[in-house]
Amino acid sequence: MTITTIDAVPAALARGRGGGGPAPTRIVVAYGFWIFILSDFVMFSGLFAVYAVLSGNTAGGPTGPELFNLRNVFIETMCLLFSSYTCGLGALSAEQRQRDRFLVFAGLTFVLGAAFLFIEISEFAGMVSRGAAPSRSAFLSAFFTLVGMHGAHVTSGLIWLIYMVAQVVAKGLRPHVLRRLLCWSLFWHALDIIWIGVLTLVYLMGAR
Amino acid sequence: MDGDDRLFDRTPGVEHQESTANFLSYTAGLALAVLLTITSFVVSQTNLLWAPGVAVGLVVLAFAQIGVHLVFFLHLGSGPDNTNNILALAFGVLIVFLVITGSIWIIANLYANMLP
Repeated sequence: MTITTIDAVPAALARGRGGGGPAPTRIVVAYGFWIFILSDFVMFSGLFAVYAVLSGNTAGGPTGPELFNLRNVFIETMCLLFSSYTCGLGALSAEQRQRDRFLVFAGLTFVLGAAFLFIEISEFAGMVSRGAAPSRSAFLSAFFTLVGMHGAHVTSGLIWLIYMVAQVVAKGLRPHVLRRLLCWSLFWHALDIIWIGVLTLVYLMGAR
Repeated sequence: MDGDDRLFDRTPGVEHQESTANFLSYTAGLALAVLLTITSFVVSQTNLLWAPGVAVGLVVLAFAQIGVHLVFFLHLGSGPDNTNNILALAFGVLIVFLVITGSIWIIANLYANMLP
């Protein structure tokens, strides 16, 4: 039997399959956070199921096509898409230790996310003022629960972003700050995936 | 703590910071995602597709866009580092599928069997 050093094991083959030493902390942290995101998806699947079941029960109240403004929804979608893009570029700048570029992209991401939230909240307020409040019908209860839960996630993502920018400014781009940034960017991209479901099920199918 | 971090991060043969992400992959992902979003809006607002097939078309476009996001934004590739992530995702997709289709199926049955 020959003794091989760990260096002789091709890292690309061995990692993640029990050989070649432990996976880098970065990989382990991302995996743990990915499990959290998947549990969030499972939570949302319950809300999607409720909406799919209740969306026809308007109890004589306003229906989807009367309430939804697809132009606003398109702007909201683009805000989230481009914020995902700037979030990705920000993460890239952080990995390359370009602090100022990271701060610019983080600012852009925040502005785009806040624009999304602003449109969504003003749309909610408009619906409530027209008598389409969550208590009006089962359809509206499910609508506000599903879309509102996504909005709450975006809000917490924005608060987390402020917190991450503060950490980058105070501590610099250290390895553990970079790993927290990685988790935040995973969270932000995951919100965009949830929004694709909301857009398709609630708005595009509902507005026909 | 930084010293510790570096110690644990640096396994032999593994580079300290490696990333499959670059500017081009994010830009390609954004272009594909915008294209798919616009297609979804067009499909839902025009008669491009046969009317009863629009829902199916929208679901297909949504899955395509979710795939684009997973690959280009979340960097879920086929590399060995991603094996565990892919397995966890497969389990998540299974649960999401069971919850959504199961609920719709059961409630549709319930409606069908309701007394008028």
